[in-house]
Amino acid sequence: MQQATSRPILEARDVHKHYAAHTALDGVSLSVPERSIFGLLGPNGAGKTSLIRIITQITGADSGEILFRGEKLNPSHIGQIGYLPEERGLYKKMKVGEQLIYLAQLRGLSRSEAVARIKKWLERFDIKAWADKNVEDLSKGMQQKVQFIATVLHEPSLIILDEPFSGFDPINANLIKDEILRLKDEGAAIIFSTHRMESVEEMCDSIALINRSHKVLDGPVKAIRNQFKTNAYEVEGQGRLMVVHPDFEVIEQKERENDHFYARIQLHAGTTPNDLLRFLIGQVQVHSFQEQIPSINEIFIRRVRETMPETLNETANALL
Amino acid sequence: MASKFLLVAQREYLTRVRKRAFVVLTLLVPLLIVGFGLFVGKLAESDETTEIVDVRDDSGLGIASQLVSTPQLRFQAVSGTLAEAKQSFQKQKHAGLLYLPAGLSENDPQGVQFFGKGNISLNKENRVEKALTDAFAELKMRKSGLTQTQLDQLRAKVPLNSVSVDETGKEKDSNSGVTTGIASALAILIYFFIFLYGVQIMRGVGEEKSSRIMEVMLSSVKPFDLMMGKIVGVAAVGLTQFLLWGLLSWGATSFVVPLVMGNDQSAKTEVAATPAASPALGSTAATSSSPIADKAAASAEQMNPAKRAGVIGDAFDKLHKLNIPIGTIVFGFIVYFLGGYLLYSALFGAVGAAVDDQTDTQQFMFPITMPLILSYIVGFSVILRNPDGPVAFWMSMIPFTSPVAMVIRLPFGVPAWQLALSIALLVVGFVGTVWVAARIYRVGILMYGKKVTYKELSKWMFYKG
Repeated sequence: MQQATSRPILEARDVHKHYAAHTALDGVSLSVPERSIFGLLGPNGAGKTSLIRIITQITGADSGEILFRGEKLNPSHIGQIGYLPEERGLYKKMKVGEQLIYLAQLRGLSRSEAVARIKKWLERFDIKAWADKNVEDLSKGMQQKVQFIATVLHEPSLIILDEPFSGFDPINANLIKDEILRLKDEGAAIIFSTHRMESVEEMCDSIALINRSHKVLDGPVKAIRNQFKTNAYEVEGQGRLMVVHPDFEVIEQKERENDHFYARIQLHAGTTPNDLLRFLIGQVQVHSFQEQIPSINEIFIRRVRETMPETLNETANALL
Repeated sequence: MASKFLLVAQREYLTRVRKRAFVVLTLLVPLLIVGFGLFVGKLAESDETTEIVDVRDDSGLGIASQLVSTPQLRFQAVSGTLAEAKQSFQKQKHAGLLYLPAGLSENDPQGVQFFGKGNISLNKENRVEKALTDAFAELKMRKSGLTQTQLDQLRAKVPLNSVSVDETGKEKDSNSGVTTGIASALAILIYFFIFLYGVQIMRGVGEEKSSRIMEVMLSSVKPFDLMMGKIVGVAAVGLTQFLLWGLLSWGATSFVVPLVMGNDQSAKTEVAATPAASPALGSTAATSSSPIADKAAASAEQMNPAKRAGVIGDAFDKLHKLNIPIGTIVFGFIVYFLGGYLLYSALFGAVGAAVDDQTDTQQFMFPITMPLILSYIVGFSVILRNPDGPVAFWMSMIPFTSPVAMVIRLPFGVPAWQLALSIALLVVGFVGTVWVAARIYRVGILMYGKKVTYKELSKWMFYKG
């Protein structure tokens, strides 16, 4: 286990990619640990898809290198990578079963092995009766399921999902979520690429934030959030809260009915939460007390503000 | 990666061959060919129904009795006045009335009239005129005092036997009609194959692009393998279709046509089916298994050589005797067929990849198809008439026009060095176009929502992988 986490399944080193009119990636480096869910986050047009197309070997990088389990990425890795693009698509006039066999064979699976696995997956997703139907006869949701099966059928050790939940209804989105967690438990590493950061935040073990072809931040989610926490606390309770204290400062305070309140309180350096609690207990009834941890979205905006203030407004607009 | 290329080709092949349209087309075309053949045959037959021409002979020269009836025209002397005769030929629905007035001069026959209903066709007029000329000649010959033998000798027909001589002095029969026919058929086949299947490539690529499956495919397969797999798969579909058309047409012409056409041929079939009924074959053939029945059919033909064997076998027999380089034609046809198809389908594939919408293909289709159409038109108007001329030479060298131009020249005989040079240029040509097409394809298939211009396309060629 220690071994597996120490060496990343995928590593990008100083990757550059230029198109005729613009730069898609400008020296991006990141590393995706084994057996984990990795969030590749950033607004539209940040360069996520360009990076994914390099990892999936659809295009090549202008410079820099990608290592797959320490080896330079090459066509022999295709069978170990599964890719669900943002633009979903299947051959419309082809039967579900045949299409899955075909796509699996292209990923290096034998026909008989593909047939056995497809049976298992169709049963799991409860669409077995549709194996002999043309894809165009399926509903959107069912097509999405078929596409997901096609992505993971060859049991890749690295699964790349671009905007995985777009187009799924809540029930199917949950089904897919469960499958992704199961695949992770079985040993796969998963890369989520999305501009809707809140949708994957809770599932990710680590993330990289990309903005305007630069990586602005990466690392394990917990570490990042701890790094960016501001030592502020949220308090809910009953009574009349009056804070005049050299160690604390109220950032926000709301009065609610029946003498209830909500407040965000900033601790100054050298003060512990227990100090605040002791102060509060003397004044009011505390119903809840928790540290305020910034969301990835907030961290992203803050980070961008710190690193490149001139782009903030555009980026913020893209996020909203 | 070769196995992926084969997988792609296999899918393209199987999905197309299994389509209902393919099965219908494959079955329908031979039926159409046979049906069309029968239709033309029947038309020709009905054209040969004998028409009756009334003859009112007042000349007293006895011309009426000398008019020789042909399968098309039968002359029949009528009596009565001219006015009556004019009435009666119309009433009896005869083809016309030939009137030889009194006092007709034997040496300078003037004033002969032919009355017909409505306008008289040139064909009919010629036939009547020929019969009349022959009748006058016959009459004069009889009066000249020659013996019957001498007369027969005079009448002897002189059949023209064209012989072609090649460089080695070997002589063979020549038949410009058959040669022209073969050249046209080859050109039409190549032209339609390239068009039909080239457009299929374009549609297929367009479909993949609009269904957005490209990205999934490209993460597994190299764009070049994807494009070539499609091209080769569709080529196999085309070859399968041609093979089936050939087999079915052959089967239809040798088994169906004899049944439908004329009594003499159905009689032959009967003989073949019941060999014992044929007195000439005797008891050996009576214990018939099928190969013996075949022999029986063959012997039945020998007994009656006037009756034709299968149309195809007959054609091959004739071809063999003619100075037509069959080996070179078959070889050349396959080479130009594949070379031309590869060259054009790669371009069609590039067009399919470059545009978002099928309706946008027009602007790029025109420059691609122009050389093909040009070679077809020039092929039939110039090359077919002068297969060794400069136009024929240059068009059979340029890779874009050579597939059609060269197959037109092949049946007439092409110097070996020209053939070799042309094929070499074709290979260079298709390697070049496939290279260009693959680069446009590679960029185009992932490009959405962009109005593509020629300038844009030329840029794509130099994009890095």
